[in-house]
Amino acid sequence: MSDGKRVLLIEDEPNIIEAVRFILSRDGWRVSTHADGADAVDAVRARAPDLVILDVMLPDRSGYDILADLRADESMRELPVLVLTARGQQKDRDLALRLGATEFMVKPFSNQALLEAVRLIAAPSTEAPQ
Amino acid sequence: MPLNLVVVSAIAYVALLFAVAFWAEGAARRGRARWLRGPLIYTLSLSIYCTAWTFYGAVGTAARTGLEFVTIYLGPTLVMVGWWALLRKIVRIGQVQRITSIADMISSRYGKSTALGGLVTAMAVVGTAPYIALQLQSVTLSFAALAGPAQASLNDTALIVAIGLAVFTILFGTRNLDVNERHNGIVTAIALEAVVKLVALMAVGAFVVWGIAGGPSQTFELIEAAPIATWELQPGRWLGLTMLSAAAFLCLPRMFQVMVVENSDERHLATASWAFPSYLFALSLFVVPIAAVGLQVMPAGSNPDLFVLTIPLAQEQDALAMLAFLGGFSSATSMVIVACIALATMMSNHVIVPLWLAMREQGATVSGDVRHVVIGARRASIVGLLALGYVYYRFTGGGAFLASIGLISFCGVAQILPALLGGIFWRGATRAGAGAGLILGFAVWTWTLFLPSFGGGVAVSAATMAEGPMGFDWLRPHALFGISGLDPLLHAFFWSMSLNTLAFIAGSLLSKATAIERVQGAAMVNVFRFGSGARGWTPATVEAEDLLMMAQRILGGREAQRLFRAEAVAQGKRGFLPDVTPDFLTHLERQLAGSVGAATAHAMVGQITGGLVVSVEELMRVADETAQIMEYSARLEAQSEELSRTAAQLREANEKLTALSIQKDAFLSQISHELRTPMTSIRSFSEILRDGGDMTPEQRSRFSGVIHDEAQRLTRLLDDLLDLGVLENGQVSLRLETVPLSGIIDRSLSASGAVTRMAVARDPAREQVFIETDPDRLSQVFINLIGNAVKYCQAPDPRLDIRVRHAGAGLDIDFVDNGAGIPRESQDVIFEKFARVGDPDAAGGAGLGLAICREIVHRLGGTISYLPGQDGAAFRVHVPLRQNLSAGLAAQ
Repeated sequence: MSDGKRVLLIEDEPNIIEAVRFILSRDGWRVSTHADGADAVDAVRARAPDLVILDVMLPDRSGYDILADLRADESMRELPVLVLTARGQQKDRDLALRLGATEFMVKPFSNQALLEAVRLIAAPSTEAPQ
Repeated sequence: MPLNLVVVSAIAYVALLFAVAFWAEGAARRGRARWLRGPLIYTLSLSIYCTAWTFYGAVGTAARTGLEFVTIYLGPTLVMVGWWALLRKIVRIGQVQRITSIADMISSRYGKSTALGGLVTAMAVVGTAPYIALQLQSVTLSFAALAGPAQASLNDTALIVAIGLAVFTILFGTRNLDVNERHNGIVTAIALEAVVKLVALMAVGAFVVWGIAGGPSQTFELIEAAPIATWELQPGRWLGLTMLSAAAFLCLPRMFQVMVVENSDERHLATASWAFPSYLFALSLFVVPIAAVGLQVMPAGSNPDLFVLTIPLAQEQDALAMLAFLGGFSSATSMVIVACIALATMMSNHVIVPLWLAMREQGATVSGDVRHVVIGARRASIVGLLALGYVYYRFTGGGAFLASIGLISFCGVAQILPALLGGIFWRGATRAGAGAGLILGFAVWTWTLFLPSFGGGVAVSAATMAEGPMGFDWLRPHALFGISGLDPLLHAFFWSMSLNTLAFIAGSLLSKATAIERVQGAAMVNVFRFGSGARGWTPATVEAEDLLMMAQRILGGREAQRLFRAEAVAQGKRGFLPDVTPDFLTHLERQLAGSVGAATAHAMVGQITGGLVVSVEELMRVADETAQIMEYSARLEAQSEELSRTAAQLREANEKLTALSIQKDAFLSQISHELRTPMTSIRSFSEILRDGGDMTPEQRSRFSGVIHDEAQRLTRLLDDLLDLGVLENGQVSLRLETVPLSGIIDRSLSASGAVTRMAVARDPAREQVFIETDPDRLSQVFINLIGNAVKYCQAPDPRLDIRVRHAGAGLDIDFVDNGAGIPRESQDVIFEKFARVGDPDAAGGAGLGLAICREIVHRLGGTISYLPGQDGAAFRVHVPLRQNLSAGLAAQ
């Protein structure tokens, strides 16, 4: 279980937001969402989540740009970021990982796989104190 | 005197002429005896002006009309002395333009007109026939006088003389074809005859003065006593005859032949200008004494035309009589020979060859071919001319006075004068003017002088002579326009020349010269501005090296040297430079022609071999060839341009394909995103439902609803994709109907559900217009636009204006909402597939809707555009009121 860790979901599709929120909430994550690309970096900084799930095709701003900004910020360099996108080609995966994505998943996803990925990348910070 | 002696003497004399002509021709060909082409021979050759008419007729004229005969000498003398510049100009033009005859001169001046050349030739032939008849008559009469009239029929004698002259002329006048139409042999023979004429006449004169009269003073007494001294001079007739002889001197074909064509150096004219008048003076010196003494000593009624012959006979001076006979014979034969050569050249060049070429199917001919035709034509012409002369002689019965026949001829050829003088002094003279003048002048001459000359009732009936044709008395041959009482000759000369000149000037002023006429006019009028006159050239002076250099430039070094070496070997010479023989020049010219065209090759070889001045005609041909070459190279250039254009098009097409491929990638990537997004929700929620777990019934129902909606969205997307594909391929078929616009808008508003969600402002009056369109498709466009307004207009009180107005042959239908509108930078791309507003990686685009709208509107022959600067988002649909097939097709 997640011990109430906070996930910030940056996504603009209402139905996908609802599905991800349901899946993660049921697993004990505290899920907050942000639908706009333009001020997404500010939102991350303000909410300081334990994990970010980031869509690429957002209104106004690309998810890749947001990721690059996050990694450029010292305080968020280690923040686990899961890039979740409908653009599933190898070059998209390569680009995401090069920009510093912790994990890359393609839509549509299996709920179980999403849950496991989220658990995995959030693990270091949850297990280190143990 | 025995007939045989006369015949043998005549034949021996002709044989001598043959020998002289033959020798002179050979000497000229070998470049020896240069004096043969000097001013002396030139001057003597001009004496063909003095024919048998002068030889015998001058005395006759003196006996009948006193000093009137002097006019015949005065005209040429005045021209030679006083108008020397004119002769020099004509000779220069003849050299520069390589003129071959008076007909060629007129034809060349007036734009190489075949018609004019033919006309002048015809006039010359008609004008010369009486003159030839005159020579036949004089020879016949002199023959009869010498041998006694009983010995032979006059007509038979004339026929034999005509045949003999034809043979001699053919033998020496048509032996070879020279470009310059020069005949050294004939000219030399004629010079000899000129000497014989002069010597004979002076011998008879001397005999008359010192042998009969007993010295000059007694002779003068005799002259005083004779009626010659009492004849009154008629100033009008004198002036007219002087002008007539001057005109004839310039226009007679045979004079043109010896003066211009046979001239090898125009400086000879300077000598001739004083020497020829001197010759004329010497020839006329004893005319009056012979006439006066003849009238005194000969029995009354004897023909004064034959005094030169009959006085020595009467005095039993047989040798002198023989000399006089040979002098007259010389006068007659030299005139006939030269006239026949000149006319044969004219007939072959301006009548027969043009006709022959026109009758042949293909214009291009082998030169050897033409050569045979030309020589044949000349021989036939000579025979024809002498036959014509003989016929004229038979018709006129041989009874007319020698002098009067000569004057008729003079007047006929004088008709050429206005066209000749106008042509070389007046650049404005035109072909039409020359033709009009020649025809009119010639017609008047024929009517007033030539036809009446056959005698009463032969060609023109006595009634016509007296009353005019068909009662038109102003057309009486001897009293044109009612002016009667004039001497018939002067009457004809005055009217023919006046009308001729008038028609020439009027015709020239009224017509327009062609390009070649203007060029030729300028070249002839300004002949002295263009360099010095051409001198004769001999192939021997040509440097083979110059030819080789030229040939190398055209054929290339190796080919040219091979050609020259082969020729040198063939000539048996060492080295590679052959002798420049005419054959080699011809061969070389043919080789060059293969590269640069025949005219150019001829001009080039001509330039190098020297002296050959390129004629305008050749220049035109050169220009033609050049134009063809340029056209060919222009074609090549065009082809190469075409190729590079094609290459550019290929490059462009390739770029387009590359761009299309990139677009296709982007499109596929976009589709994959658009499809994956609903599928993501479907999969996720279906897994949630499948895995079960704690869910409220509301949640369960809501998740099923999402799955349902997203499945619908997927279907719509696929429908749109297919729709767009069909539209873009042009496979859609329109179902055209004529319906009111309002109905389509009503339907679209209700289908999009706009009315319940926003205020809609319409213009019902203007919507009441019928349009021919596919209502379903147009409605699909409207639904899309209204739907966008419903979806995206974020204003607190959303509002949509639908405005309609006529624009050209169609309607503008605007959809304007009061939302935020579309950012300027996105306005250009919103009609593209999956165009999204803002960042290319950002989602939330208009999808395929507007792309489909654009395709539909194009199919309907209209346009769709975004209207910037409105309150909110604003789209304009323009559709035609009537469909027409071509507009629909053009839209594809």
